[in-house]
Amino acid sequence: MLTIFLIAWPLIAAIIIAVVKQHARTLALAASLIELVASIVMVTSFIPDASIQFSVDLTWIASAGIRFYIGVDGISLLLVLLTTVLMPLIILASFTATQIKNPSAFYSLILVMQMALVGVFVALDGFLFYIFWEMALIPIYFICLLWGGDDRARITLKFFIYTLAGSLLMLIAMVYLYFHTPGMHRFDIQSLYEAGRALPVGEQSILFWAFFIAFAIKMPVFPFHTWQPDTYQVAPTTGTVLLSAIMLKMGIYGVIRWLMPMVPLGVQEWGITAMVLSVVGVVYASAIALVQNNNKRLIAYSSIAHVGLISAGLFTMSAIGWQGAMIQMLSHGLTVFGLFYVIEIIHQRKATHTMSELGGIRSVAPQLSTVFLIILLGSIALPFTSGFVGEFLLINSLVQYQIVMGAVAGLTTILGAVYMLRAFQKMMLGETKLAANEFQDLSLREKSVLYPVVVLVILLGIYPAPLLALSEAAVNNLLFTINDYLTLPK
Amino acid sequence: MYLIYIICGLGIVSLLAEIFNFKKALLPIIMLGLLAAIGVAAVGENTGLAFSGMVLFDRFSVVYSTMIVAIAFCWFWMAYSYFHNRPYLTDQSALVLFSIVGAVILTAFANMAMLFLGIEILSIALYALSGSKKNNLFSTESSFKYFLMGSFATGFLLMGIALVYGATGSFELMSIQTASTNGAQPLPSFFYVGVLLILVGISFKVSVVPFHFWAPDVYEGAPTPITAFMSTIVKMAAFAALIRLFTVCFAATSITWLVVFYVMCVLTLLVSSVSAVYQSNVKRMLAYSSVGHAGYILIAIVSGGNVGGLVSYYLAGYAVASLIAFAVIHQIEESGRTVFLSDFQGLFRKSPWLAVSMTIALLSLAGIPPLAGFFGKYLLLTQAIGNGHLALALVAIFTSLIGVYYYFKVIIAMYSAVGSDQNIMISTSQKALLFILVTLVVVLGVFPDWFTFL
Repeated sequence: MLTIFLIAWPLIAAIIIAVVKQHARTLALAASLIELVASIVMVTSFIPDASIQFSVDLTWIASAGIRFYIGVDGISLLLVLLTTVLMPLIILASFTATQIKNPSAFYSLILVMQMALVGVFVALDGFLFYIFWEMALIPIYFICLLWGGDDRARITLKFFIYTLAGSLLMLIAMVYLYFHTPGMHRFDIQSLYEAGRALPVGEQSILFWAFFIAFAIKMPVFPFHTWQPDTYQVAPTTGTVLLSAIMLKMGIYGVIRWLMPMVPLGVQEWGITAMVLSVVGVVYASAIALVQNNNKRLIAYSSIAHVGLISAGLFTMSAIGWQGAMIQMLSHGLTVFGLFYVIEIIHQRKATHTMSELGGIRSVAPQLSTVFLIILLGSIALPFTSGFVGEFLLINSLVQYQIVMGAVAGLTTILGAVYMLRAFQKMMLGETKLAANEFQDLSLREKSVLYPVVVLVILLGIYPAPLLALSEAAVNNLLFTINDYLTLPK
Repeated sequence: MYLIYIICGLGIVSLLAEIFNFKKALLPIIMLGLLAAIGVAAVGENTGLAFSGMVLFDRFSVVYSTMIVAIAFCWFWMAYSYFHNRPYLTDQSALVLFSIVGAVILTAFANMAMLFLGIEILSIALYALSGSKKNNLFSTESSFKYFLMGSFATGFLLMGIALVYGATGSFELMSIQTASTNGAQPLPSFFYVGVLLILVGISFKVSVVPFHFWAPDVYEGAPTPITAFMSTIVKMAAFAALIRLFTVCFAATSITWLVVFYVMCVLTLLVSSVSAVYQSNVKRMLAYSSVGHAGYILIAIVSGGNVGGLVSYYLAGYAVASLIAFAVIHQIEESGRTVFLSDFQGLFRKSPWLAVSMTIALLSLAGIPPLAGFFGKYLLLTQAIGNGHLALALVAIFTSLIGVYYYFKVIIAMYSAVGSDQNIMISTSQKALLFILVTLVVVLGVFPDWFTFL
């Protein structure tokens, strides 16, 4: 029931906010906090083994073999937790934004988005997963379209059609698998796994690409990333954060939950290609980030680099790589949210995203600058920050897989440090271009958003064990079944 | 059978309204009558053959006619203000009602003569209605075009019926079916010509490429409520007739017509979506989109399986969504505006009700989950893939991506910051209608099992 609550509550809250219209921000914040409490209850009563817990299995569309089948294991739980932890912060962060027009619509859409995101992470029926997957796209599209910046109509439509095209590929692949389920066709995950594994290599390879392109567009992995920098730039910061901190995890989660166990032979055949693409993306995006003068685009490209590393780690099919991916997803969610928010704060004060117009912020706003530095160090994986654990595990897995791949992917830490520290230097250090009175330091509200992020970034870096323990059994089990299948004589 | 009596009766009542001077009460009477008709249609299941074996009310026709009458009820609700503000109320409502009778007959004919009668009753009323804005040049053009094209189509149809009669010696669907399945006597070759001619005639009515050229002009010129009528009720009736003819009567001779439908299906999907992209008039764009949806329905017919049930669900979702879209267009026109893309700019600020309803309708037409249009398309795709028509499914996916592009052009316009701030006022009853229809689109999409009767 708790799982149903986690899905239904944001939707109910969204409807209430849309109807009531008054106090939208406060109501939205309260709703997201209640959701957070519910998810913490779930974490505390979760038994960290490989089983699926809190599952609900209801008849939905019986004639088409579709069930409302949801539940969580360790992998889902971590992502649900990421969503519910970040959501109150995102909502609180949006408070400072200058005068959001039509707040009730804005916050309703955010909460609908949360419903869809949680839904994606807990769905265990292929069709249901697809529905939630698409439903996450609608609110974010409208958030970007209604509250975005210049030229948003064109850019957001490109984003929409691009991702929709990917999703439709996935839908066809799902339907194809559905027709290969034995007996009365079904969409539940176990039947789809069996159907996929029973197929010969050729068909699994085609399905692999159908799924991978859908997920790669969402993440985004090179060369499916072209929608991303523009969309991140034009979206309102809340939208950018929703996209980067949570929504792209849908793609990674999709690879773990739906792609790898479904078509293992396809992964064996083409996983290396996908890994190469991911690693190329890491270097490519880092190189572009090096020459960015727009700080929002810089972080957008850094995000491509980070996600590329996660994706590459996944395709090593090793427990280290997958656990690294899990922890790195959390870390990336936290740091990217923190970075975008700091940039939003600067933008509110100075109305620019161009780094060359900034400088010397540290001298007028030392707190802002310190917080920024910590989150930034988390992003470039300094030891004792959250990023370190994830990147260490990921690069470790890649090196074990193949030394060259590991070495190239490892460039991300060096390049990341270069472009991030360069950004820090340009914005925070140097001669100040601002008068102290026109640039205030962090307000109480901003602190209440950023301090939790800073604390989490450091905590996760020092003691990630409890979170890793949550997903460990599920990851091992999933990998075990895949390897078991692969070693079977065909 | 009683359904036909009731609606005919309503038509006669509305003709009498002028003489006995109860025009003010006419629309409520019609709507109550239609409500009764929905009830009668829904419980009148399997009444079997009626009118000396001319009409067959089986489960198929019960489902389709109930749908048609229900949509007709919503249509009268939507067109309330249209009738209210104009003269010739009684004539026009009588014409519409008779046209609905024609539609009901098309869902239930058991004899080729009834097919012809149904199509003619349906169409002749519409020729007059689409020209009912007498002093508007476009309306007259629309009426004339529709009439000319319609006559051609009827000509093809009659010719086809005559040839089929010549080959099988019967007008009755059942006898024709037996004659064509009976392999003992080979059918004369002109039987197949007859089937193809009937196919051409019906294709005009459902407006699939290459017999769609009349649709954009007629849709654009006709008064918006009439356009709504054509794109919902006429389409449903024509498809009911098409399915009855080709999946029951001519099922055994599918080799003749299946390839033709396959080609028309692909053409319809591609041509309509590409043409729709270039439209600046939203009504015209919806005309092409309605042609496109006919293409999606043809996928079901080409792939086979439970065609009647699948198409009934698809049509229900399509009809409700288009009714919303046309209701919104109608409201915008009532406020004295045109319906070009530029007139939709800033609609969200002028009237959130209209903008949000229109958005949901267009999202459904574009096939975005969890709305009715998505599940309809999903069913068609699974049907196509399941029966080995993967190529057709891929074409459909491609065109629905183009669909997203042109539907979203309207959506983007509605939420743009450009445009005047002048409010559009809409009445409470129209708000209620929009609310009901929007809810229906969502419920249809989320609980499709509640709506599968076939």
